[in-house]
Parts: sequence; structure tokens; C-alpha cells
Amino acid sequence: MGIDIKFPIGLMFTILGLLLAGFGLVTNGDAALYSRSLNININLWSGCGMLLFGLIMLFFSRRSGKSKTQ
Amino acid sequence: MIDTGFVLSWIDYTIMIVYFVFVLGIGWALKRYMKDASAFLEAGRSMPAWVAGLAFISTNLGALEVMGMTGSGAKYGMLTTHFYWVGAIPAMVFLALFMMPFYYGSKARSVPEYLKLRYDEKTRGLNAILFALMTILASGISMYALAILMEKVLGWNFHLSLVLSAAIVLAYTYLGGLSSAIYNEVLQFFIIVIGLLPIVILSMRDLGGWQGLQDQLAPIISEKGYAADTWTTTWKYTGTAKANPMGVEWYGIFAGLGFVLSFGYWCTNFLIVQRAMSAESSTAARNTPLIGALPKMFIPFLIIVPGIAALVLMNTPGKGFSLPLNEAGQPIWDYTIIMLLKQYLPAGVLGLGITALLASFMSGMAGNVSAFNTVWTYDIYQSYIRPATGNKEADEKHYLKIGRLATIFGVVVSIAAAYLASLFGNIMDFLQTIFSMINAPLFAVIFLGMFWKRTTGHAAFTGLLAGFVIALIHHGITFPEGADTLVKGGWICKCHAYPVEMAQNFWTAIFAFATSAIVTVGLSLATKQKKSDEELKGLVYSLTPRMVETNVPWYKRSSTLAILVLAIGTILTILFW
Repeated sequence: MGIDIKFPIGLMFTILGLLLAGFGLVTNGDAALYSRSLNININLWSGCGMLLFGLIMLFFSRRSGKSKTQ
Repeated sequence: MIDTGFVLSWIDYTIMIVYFVFVLGIGWALKRYMKDASAFLEAGRSMPAWVAGLAFISTNLGALEVMGMTGSGAKYGMLTTHFYWVGAIPAMVFLALFMMPFYYGSKARSVPEYLKLRYDEKTRGLNAILFALMTILASGISMYALAILMEKVLGWNFHLSLVLSAAIVLAYTYLGGLSSAIYNEVLQFFIIVIGLLPIVILSMRDLGGWQGLQDQLAPIISEKGYAADTWTTTWKYTGTAKANPMGVEWYGIFAGLGFVLSFGYWCTNFLIVQRAMSAESSTAARNTPLIGALPKMFIPFLIIVPGIAALVLMNTPGKGFSLPLNEAGQPIWDYTIIMLLKQYLPAGVLGLGITALLASFMSGMAGNVSAFNTVWTYDIYQSYIRPATGNKEADEKHYLKIGRLATIFGVVVSIAAAYLASLFGNIMDFLQTIFSMINAPLFAVIFLGMFWKRTTGHAAFTGLLAGFVIALIHHGITFPEGADTLVKGGWICKCHAYPVEMAQNFWTAIFAFATSAIVTVGLSLATKQKKSDEELKGLVYSLTPRMVETNVPWYKRSSTLAILVLAIGTILTILFW
């Protein structure tokens, strides 16, 4: 049905990943914020994970887009 | 408002907003493809297997499920995995291999329509009307639960959350129909998994992994009067009902949950089956439930294991973890997941976790609405109000309009049902009970219809009713111990007590299924089959040519996937025996 869902998924997780990882970087070392998460900068980790997932989805979306036009 | 101490910051709201922009954007992008009723109500039968498969599992991963199952994790431990392994996997594999060829191959557009093709008009009518009614009520209840959650946890206005969430669901299902619901379910699947993953990782790290969890759990469980490892095993203590907190023996689990309830749910519920029917080819349709089964088996680690961790946290004073209490002073188990989010997640990932919960609510609602408008348009409106005229193009346009109107109507009635639910607190228990009474007989009738060509329409119709009546009677004469309302049973007489409600549900379903099957078989033998073999071709197993998958690579064949799913299921069961 028209659209390739991998593209919006990839784009959204790339944006959210950048947002979270950026927030994690800015707040890195904020002991009060990260005492809940056992002093782990969970924002940075989750953000990087989401960014990676987003980019992989975008990669596959591009690849299937190309194979269709050929 | 229960003071859960939640404070959301700008970053949390930003994450939420980004997500909703994408949800609505998908609906918007699909708008221009919605040219006829088939595109709107059946997604044009164009979904790749992986998309349909993830949507298949996501529809079932509604928020009531996520919240309820995490609570059950704390209440029953790994025994809750019976709902995911024995209580889902065999049924999903069966649906894929043996039933999808008929649902998909018959060109029926809905489960009620299959009943019409296989049996007759009255059987379809009964099923369609009950389904439409139940679906819309279920959608309303899920909206109610969302609004109450937002009110209690975040302090948002109840009416505003209700109307806002309804408006978002309406917007994207109105614009893009079933395709929009399905694509969003895939998005929701990923956001739910990624949003909840941090609490799994952090709680496991906090308690010293699975081994640490078991060690700290042992004294807590022994104190409850069960063997120390009851919460971390699945089948070990099901020899007697008293040895496990669910209060059910292994054969009750096997027959009630593993057979009747799960086959009734996974194989006949149009809400679920509709996802597989939207697949692009018959192979994709068969593979849909199998692809869905792969993540399904691992969802317990995402939602049940944190629930078990919560039980340890509750009983470890230094952790500062507690559940809110209800009026009776009992912990509200459904809030386990919320309190875990609060315990471990700082601003940022917290927003992601809340977004995951919101996503799961909307996926439940949108699923109900998109199934409702299909059944309404094809099985009620087209059948009884305005049949097709023969001008295919004009008809498609007309039914597209009706499908769209049904979407609006469905959402509006859901809002009304949500207010009904806010007036009667028991309506949820009531609905679940009724659902289990309808599904079990329906499975008996569809199963007999697919695999025994002698089954007749009159027999099926009577079988459906008889199963439902027996379920009602069984519910009326039995009750779970400690039940305080008649909604839970015993409204005819308090003749038999079950240790817990779940045991009562299992047995209600078993009796309903058995009655329905016996009545249907008996009457089929006594009545005349009106349909010829030719008419039943494609609808009944023995009259349909086998599907051959020769042009499909071996790793995409349903049989390969089915073996993989069953093997992983077996390994998980043995690991957590």
C-alpha cells in the first residue's frame, strides 16, 4: 500500500536517538538525574541504541527503494 | 489522584510529540491511496509478511495486556508465561498452517464472512453483531483505562485525555484505514520494545541478574507458603492446584489455556486474523502468525520479568519501592509497570517509557476500530441494509464512505462506552467474561467447519448458542473464592468454588467448547448438508487442493518457520521448566 514503513520508522528513531543521546551528553555527570538509573547514563546508551536502529532501518529502506526502481 | 510522584520534563514531552507527529504523518501519507473500500478496510491485501506479522503481535500488545501481565509477573511469577508459550504458540502455528489457507484462500473479507460462505446467513449475522458490539465496548474500555491512567499518574484531565487520544486514533484510522492502523502497529511495536527495554536492563542490573533475582526471591516466596523457586519456574509446581499461585493444575492449563482459550482467541478473533488477511499473498498470510510468534515468545522477558523484579523490590525496604494501594489496602498490581518506570527511569527515557504505554493504548483502540468498521460495513451494512448494486466502482466508493463513517461512529461510541465504564467499575471483568464465553464456542464451530465437510449451518448456529448458554450457566453456578460481586459468578447458586478466578475462566471455556462441539457434531449428523462439495471447495480442508510452496525459497516456507517457532518454544519451556 504505497509507502515503505521502514522509512518513517528509521527516520523517527534516528530523530529520537539524536534527541536522547544529545540530552544524555548534555546531562552527562548529573548525579542527581542518574541516581535512579544506578548512575548509568541511560539516556546516552538508549539514544545511541535508537540511533543505530534508526540508521539500520533507513539503510534497508534505501536499499529496497533502489531494488524496486531497477 | 494517586500520588505516584511523576514529574515529566520538556524532554519527555518532546519525545511524546515527535512520536505523535509520526503517527499522524503515516495516516496522512496513506490518505491518497484510500480510493476504494477494499483499500480502506482490507489494506488492499498488500502487506508484506513481516509488517503483517508485527502488527499481528502488536494488536495483542495493548496497554491493558502490558500492565496486566507485569502485574501478573509480580503476582504469579514465570507461571504467567503460560499465556505466551503454551497459551499462544501452538495456536498461532495452527492458525498459520491449517487455518490461514481457508481464511485467505476463500477470499472472505472477515471472519463473519467466512461463516457466511461456509455455513449460512444466520451464523454470520450472530457472529457479526456480537463481534461489532464487543469490539466497540472493548475499545471504549481501553480508552477509559488510558484516561484514568493519565489522570492518576500524570495528573492530566480525564476528559481531555479521553477526547485527545480518541481524536488521534480517529485521525489516523480515518485517513489511512486498516493500512494506517497496521503501519502504526509496527511503529508501536518498536517503541514499546525500545521504551520498556531500559527497565528490564536496569532492574536486572540492580538485583544482580537472573541468579541474583532468584536468590532474593527465595525467602519472599517461602514466606508466602510456596516452594522457593515457584516464581521462577513454569510447569514444575503445576502437579496440584495448591502448589502454585494460579491455583490451576497442569491439565487445566493445558486444556483451558493451551487449547480452548488460546485457540479461541488466536484462531477466531477477527481483530487478530484481520492482520493476516491483509497480507500480500497466501504465503505471506500463512507466515504472518509465525513471524508474529517469534517476538511473542520473548515478550515475557520484557514485561513479566520486570514484574517479578518488582516483587523483590517491594519486599526490600532499602529500595524505596511500593505499589499504590486500593481502598481495601491491597496493592494495585496493574500499576507495577508504572512504578517501575518511576523507579528506574530519569527524564528522557522516562518520556520514552510513557510514550510506549500511550502507544500500546492507541494500538489497542485503533485495532478495535479498524476491525469494527470492516465487520460493520461488509457483514452488517452490505448484508442487511444496502446490498451491492452490481456496479462495482460505485459500490466500492459507497462502501468506502460507509467505512469512513463507521470509523467516526466507532470512535464516538467508544467514548460513550468509556464513560459507561467510568460509571460501572466492573464492566471490564464483565466484558472479559463474556468474551471468553463467545470465543470458545466460535472456535469449535469454525474448527469443525474447516475440517469436517458434514458440518451444517443449522448445527453451527445452534452449537454457537448452546456453547454460550452453557458458559453462562457454568458462570452462574460457580464462583472464585472470595468473590464479592455477582459479576464474577455464582448468580444462580454458589454451588462450586474455584480457588482463583483464572481457574473458573479456564473451566468455563472448556465446558463451552465441549458443549458447542458436541451439539454441532450431533446436529450435523441429524440435519441435511445443504451445501454441495463444489460450494465448499476452498472452505473445507478435505475439499481443497493442498497449497504447494515450490517457488518459495526454503527459509520463507511456512513449514520451516513453524519448525523454528516450535523449536524455540520448546527450548524456552525446558529452560524455565
